[in-house]
Amino acid sequence: MTELSRRQFLAAGGGLTLAAALAGCASPVVTSFTGGQPRTADVIYWHLFGGGDGANMATMVKKYQQSSGRSVEATLLSWGNPYYTKLSLSASSGRPPDVAISHLSRLPLLAQAGLLEPVGDQFSAQGITQDKFTPAAWKKATVGGTPFAVPLDTHPFVLFYNTPLAKKAGLLDATGQNLKPMKRSDDFVAALKAMKDANGLDFAAVATITADPSTCWRFFTMVYSGVAGPIVSDGGTKVTIDRGAMQETFAFLQSLTQGQKLMPSNATATTSSTLFSQGRVGFLFDGVWQIPTYRGIKGLEFNVVPFPPLLGPKPVAYADSHSLVIPKSTGRTAARTKDAVSFIKGLLDQSSIWADGGHVPAWLPVQKSKEFLQLKPQSNYTEAAFNAVYDPEAWYTGAGSDFQTAMGSVIASVLTGATDPKGAVDAMTTSLKTFSTARPPV
Amino acid sequence: MTTTAIPTPASEADVTDRPPTAAAAPHGENRAGWLFATPFLAFYIAFLIGPVVIGLVISLFNTTTVKAGVGSWVGLSNYADVLSNKDFWASMWHSVLFTLLTTPLLVLLPLIFAIFASRMVRNQWFFRLAFFAPYVVPSAAVCLIFAFMYTPETGLITNAFGWFGLTAPDFFGSTSGAWFAVVLLTLWWTFGFNFILYTAAIQEISEEVYEAATIDGAGPWQQIRLITAPLLRPTMGLVLILQVLASLKVFDQIYILLAGGPAYSTRPVIQYIYDTGFSSYRGGYAAAATMVYFVVLVLISAGWFLVRRRSNSANA
Repeated sequence: MTELSRRQFLAAGGGLTLAAALAGCASPVVTSFTGGQPRTADVIYWHLFGGGDGANMATMVKKYQQSSGRSVEATLLSWGNPYYTKLSLSASSGRPPDVAISHLSRLPLLAQAGLLEPVGDQFSAQGITQDKFTPAAWKKATVGGTPFAVPLDTHPFVLFYNTPLAKKAGLLDATGQNLKPMKRSDDFVAALKAMKDANGLDFAAVATITADPSTCWRFFTMVYSGVAGPIVSDGGTKVTIDRGAMQETFAFLQSLTQGQKLMPSNATATTSSTLFSQGRVGFLFDGVWQIPTYRGIKGLEFNVVPFPPLLGPKPVAYADSHSLVIPKSTGRTAARTKDAVSFIKGLLDQSSIWADGGHVPAWLPVQKSKEFLQLKPQSNYTEAAFNAVYDPEAWYTGAGSDFQTAMGSVIASVLTGATDPKGAVDAMTTSLKTFSTARPPV
Repeated sequence: MTTTAIPTPASEADVTDRPPTAAAAPHGENRAGWLFATPFLAFYIAFLIGPVVIGLVISLFNTTTVKAGVGSWVGLSNYADVLSNKDFWASMWHSVLFTLLTTPLLVLLPLIFAIFASRMVRNQWFFRLAFFAPYVVPSAAVCLIFAFMYTPETGLITNAFGWFGLTAPDFFGSTSGAWFAVVLLTLWWTFGFNFILYTAAIQEISEEVYEAATIDGAGPWQQIRLITAPLLRPTMGLVLILQVLASLKVFDQIYILLAGGPAYSTRPVIQYIYDTGFSSYRGGYAAAATMVYFVVLVLISAGWFLVRRRSNSANA
């Protein structure tokens, strides 16, 4: 035994390398073979927030780690379809994160597929109960009678206005900050006209129409929901369009961009932000998450309020919510679940930081706190969170979905004048049929 | 293919008389052959045959990617849905359109440049490297670089149009602009592969042919037209079919650069399969779409080989 044969040498070397690899990063490698969940931190958390929201979320996670002494591994994944693809595949294959963000509009499918833990006793034990949330958000978090998500916020589609321009147009009340109350679409259109004429503007308002189907969909749904119910029902298998209401909605939208030319009929995201930040329009129709975009601009004074009632008698806000979910995993211990719930509670308690990004906290203890009430313009539109209308409940709807793209394309063609209201109702019905007749995955 | 080399047996008796193992390979060698092929066969079965069989099975079920198991039996209805879905056919057309746009460019331009490069007296290596280098860059990196250059207002390519007094198309917002963007990217990126195939083929051509031609008084242009080009014809055929198949499989650059947009007007069929299978969770349906697409690819390949075989036998 003086010499090692070449074979023995190679075998020994290979064995050593494999052992080193397994020992070096023991848990993830081993668990990837055994099917468990890697335990690289007390709580593994997935979210989809970049930019300002991402920075706020990082602060909240850091603060939670400091106060609780628990480690959290937060992973940022790219927004929209890719995120939900990864979340659902990880959950259905049994290796999900402990806590994940989900839009409430995306919740029905995840819940119906049995991928989520219900919000039950472990949550109420730590004080997370229904009475402490915005009711509309909690209702949307409930699927088939069981709550499956803890709402973090509501982010509605709202009305931005340039305060000095609005003042010049005589639209402000005695406070000099708020718009005079408007009751119907007539008042709203009159306000837009006054804004355009008094300030000598090319357009009174702007919304991102070009290459942004989601914004078109939000604008449309807000107006349509004032007069009719959801456009699909029965889990998305039945088209329930109110043709009269839809045609009226399309006619109203088209009158803004075409008939009276109060809004440009072509506007990309850049057009919108340029026109509004330079004071070349008085109104902007967009989501509250755009507030940070305009906050830092010098010489731009603006305010944000919910839309007034338009076609219907009551104000309606199209909205979505970010929520926190615990994906189902057979391997998760009770202690880990407890940590997950405590992490969710920790994020809720800090949602005043989250509100910086324009979102209305869904957690009432924060929403009613002095800190939030003093936060402007966020606290102006809390009401919108209570009047929120979400995407219709179906397996294919939700934030960033193909459904929003398809619907938004029809709506955009109305706004640009390519399709007349009646033709658009037909186009939307046809487009919806491809979704409603597809075999649902759940 | 090799069977054609074996003389046709005159009768049944002849066949039985022949030794059982063709070409009479020693038994041990045969076993060693299989042994050496085992690692490859294992991967081939695990990652090609296996998935194809699984795909075929789940295309008959309502399989979803959010639940374990194959789901409920639906027979051929997934196929009926796929064949009657206009989004599927639209995406098939986009893959074909991409092929029509890229194939002529990627078959002819590398040929021309390979001939030019071979005529370079000095520093040929530099041209070969320069043309081939982009091919080894990963798709994500290529797309990021081009996305910077296509950016409206500030991008290099957008500005380059301005230098000539032209207005750049909207590379991300308009369908024609998007096709232009993705074709230009693909041309730059995959040019090198075909270029190398041609270069190799040019090197195969014997120097003596050129010498003889020079002695007969043929100029460089005549040599290219009458010697190089005809002798490269088989390689051109190969490049053509490889390019058609590669272009029909387009996914990376369109997905990363455009996500199939604007409004799905450039979405290739592979992205359609990905979108329905993973984003919409309809695994069974996506498997059926894959099978339809697979059949189309097989038909194209088979058609190609039939045409080639006929032309080969016509030549012979």
